[in-house]
Amino acid sequence: MIPEIGHFALILALCVALVQGILPIYGAAVGNSALMAVAKPAARTQFLLVLTAFGCLAYAFADKDFSVLYVAATSNSQLPLHYRLAAIWGAHEGSLLLWTFILTIWMFAVTLFSTHLPDTMRSRILGVMGLVSVGFLLFMLSVSNPFERLIPAAPEGRDLNPLLQDPGMVIHPPMLYMGYVGFSVAFAFALAALLGGNLDAAWARWSRPWTTVAWCFLTVGIAMGSGWAYYELGWGGWWFWDPVENASFMPWLAGTALVHSLAVTDKRGGFKVWTVLLAIMAFSLSLLGTFLVRSGVLTSVHAFATDPKRGMFILAFLAVVIGGSLLLYAWRAPRVGLGGSFSVLSREGLLLANNVLLVAAMGSVLLGTLYPLFLDALDLGKISVGPPYFDSVFVPLMTPALFLIGVGPLAQWKQAALPDLAKRLRWAFGVSVATAVALPFALGTWTPLLSLGLLLAVWIFSTAVVGVRERVGHVAGDGYVARLAGVPRSYWGMLLAHCGIAVFIVGVTMVKGFETEQDVRMNVGETATIGGYTFRFDGVQDVMGPNYTAARGTFHIIKDGRETAVMYPEKRRYTAQNQVMTEAAIDTGFLRDLYVSLGEPLDDGAWSVRLYHKPFIDWIWGGCLLMALGGVVAVSDRRYRPAWRREPQAVPAGARLASRQIA
Amino acid sequence: MTSRQKRFAFIGLGLVVLGVATVLVLNAFNKNLVFFFTPTMVANGEAPKGQSFRIGGMVEDGSLKRENDGLTVHFVVTDTAKSVPVTYKGILPDLFKEGKGAVAQGQLAADGTFVASEVLAKHDENYMPPEAAEAMAKAKKAKASGAQSSNTLVIQTQ
Repeated sequence: MIPEIGHFALILALCVALVQGILPIYGAAVGNSALMAVAKPAARTQFLLVLTAFGCLAYAFADKDFSVLYVAATSNSQLPLHYRLAAIWGAHEGSLLLWTFILTIWMFAVTLFSTHLPDTMRSRILGVMGLVSVGFLLFMLSVSNPFERLIPAAPEGRDLNPLLQDPGMVIHPPMLYMGYVGFSVAFAFALAALLGGNLDAAWARWSRPWTTVAWCFLTVGIAMGSGWAYYELGWGGWWFWDPVENASFMPWLAGTALVHSLAVTDKRGGFKVWTVLLAIMAFSLSLLGTFLVRSGVLTSVHAFATDPKRGMFILAFLAVVIGGSLLLYAWRAPRVGLGGSFSVLSREGLLLANNVLLVAAMGSVLLGTLYPLFLDALDLGKISVGPPYFDSVFVPLMTPALFLIGVGPLAQWKQAALPDLAKRLRWAFGVSVATAVALPFALGTWTPLLSLGLLLAVWIFSTAVVGVRERVGHVAGDGYVARLAGVPRSYWGMLLAHCGIAVFIVGVTMVKGFETEQDVRMNVGETATIGGYTFRFDGVQDVMGPNYTAARGTFHIIKDGRETAVMYPEKRRYTAQNQVMTEAAIDTGFLRDLYVSLGEPLDDGAWSVRLYHKPFIDWIWGGCLLMALGGVVAVSDRRYRPAWRREPQAVPAGARLASRQIA
Repeated sequence: MTSRQKRFAFIGLGLVVLGVATVLVLNAFNKNLVFFFTPTMVANGEAPKGQSFRIGGMVEDGSLKRENDGLTVHFVVTDTAKSVPVTYKGILPDLFKEGKGAVAQGQLAADGTFVASEVLAKHDENYMPPEAAEAMAKAKKAKASGAQSSNTLVIQTQ
């Protein structure tokens, strides 16, 4: 009964989405405010309906209702409750439902925070989002219904893939989808602007916080996916240039470009047409990413059942969304106008360079990801594109972009002078070069990439310091602290995000430069030493988990004669599918991770064991979190606050503080 | 500069960057393509010598041998028509098993042994890497014998 309610709610949601997609857009075109007024209640109704459907599916999982095909396929009666709930997005159908659910959440948020938008704008935005939702609901109801019954019911579920039974997996997909789907707001803003034919600085100011928030979610989502791969796959890598990872990285690159180009549109009214194109690109790549990963085109832990009908639907849907929006773009973009002129050396010019580099990088990832699929589809042979391709393309493309991070924020809008910039940046440059030369010496190894990485990281940090000093000099106020507080939050946000990149670079550089890895055979009581740490293997014991049995090894870690940690890596056997899984043990530290994973049992209680020493690896994810935090800080800037929240500024400081806390 | 000249300067600069990027990308792309060969193709001498490529198929039952160091392993990958001996030093993935599909990347040694630098056997008991599945499907087609065994293939739908 409950699954039928969910199914029915989805059908109703489709009807509402159709109304929401057609009437308000038509109303905006003919100036009928009654039709436009439909958008808001329709969006909220749709949210409630999809929420109901989502709740029904969650109930079916919690209730172990194996008469629902999807539940039987992805869960098991022994699976703990939190993983049963996470199994909602453990495969194709449920992921789509999650996607749609998140889309309606964003829609609901738009209805809440758009009171200051003109009616036509708001109804067009919600209308476009409604149309996207139509596509997804139609897809679910026609070829991938999560509520499909299995009659007779299965006595036992097939279980969730053990690799996915992990806390990271509980949060990673929703985060990632919040990012993907968040770009639909920017996309809807862009299409609304094209439909309306006007795109001014106010438009950019409205869409900026939405885009930034989506970008933050995507950043965190990707970082969590990478972290999951690191500790769950048991071979200590954090990024494999796997097509699945690339699928999430491409929208991130386009989204990053979009965040920067929106800044120009907001502040200077420039880059209008380009910004719209980027918004379309970011969302199209999000769709492509969702489908590539979930459709079974790519084979990985993310891919599930392959069904040709689904493939056709996906292709058609992508063609309609991407083709349709690009057509609209070709037709209406000339009306939008180009925006003001600027010189090559100016903040606009530097941001344009950043955009070109990011888009070029995105294109190269796209090539490496899609080309093997094309060849395969045309039956021209099977190939794969190795990680060295991406490495050798990314370093030269990203180096200038990273260098520009230091220059861009200090350059004037419209026209900057090279001698002036050089003068302001000279000591930052000096410090960076000195560090890049001296530090590898002190560490005892030198490679070109090590120096380059350090150079860029220190460059970003030191130019950030220069930027803050200059900013504080310009802000009015008595005392250094008061003036620091006067620097707008959007500026701090930007700096924080840029420093996040620097932290990330330090992590990548140090891991690549200094990590040590060893596969060894270890008898009980034997020791092995890497990176100054001695690992003593004290044998394995059998332990029981809720739905698995495991052999748990004990390793004592000794450094400088003192025991620093005890680690317990496991080899688990999940009973439902009789599948073996390596559960690595990781000792996390600020400056290094120690990583142990069990290979196979050999004779006499000996095991083959994989040991890693990974300096600075947590900086990689720390950097990503800093980037996302920077985005959050930037969005909290008062310039983005809707008018009704900004009003209390006129009243005394106490009230202002209160309103800040609310925001 | 007039605004017209500026625009040209911009477009020129953009094209130069794009051109450099394209050259870099295509160059790196060409160097890093890893081709896939079936054991039959390897046996026929179609695989390149001294260059890295992938082979895939089923790990032959009873072929897995471990050397005394506990790390070096030997096994045989077959597409049911032809088979290739493989050597690998390191820890095998969790899902590597005799009688199951596997894909290995590496180079062909002079004695005809495939020296693997990486062994992939991914994700799910019932799941066959598509390369491995295809290698065996091809071999089966080539044999064209009516005796089909159903347990060799393929992705089991959930």
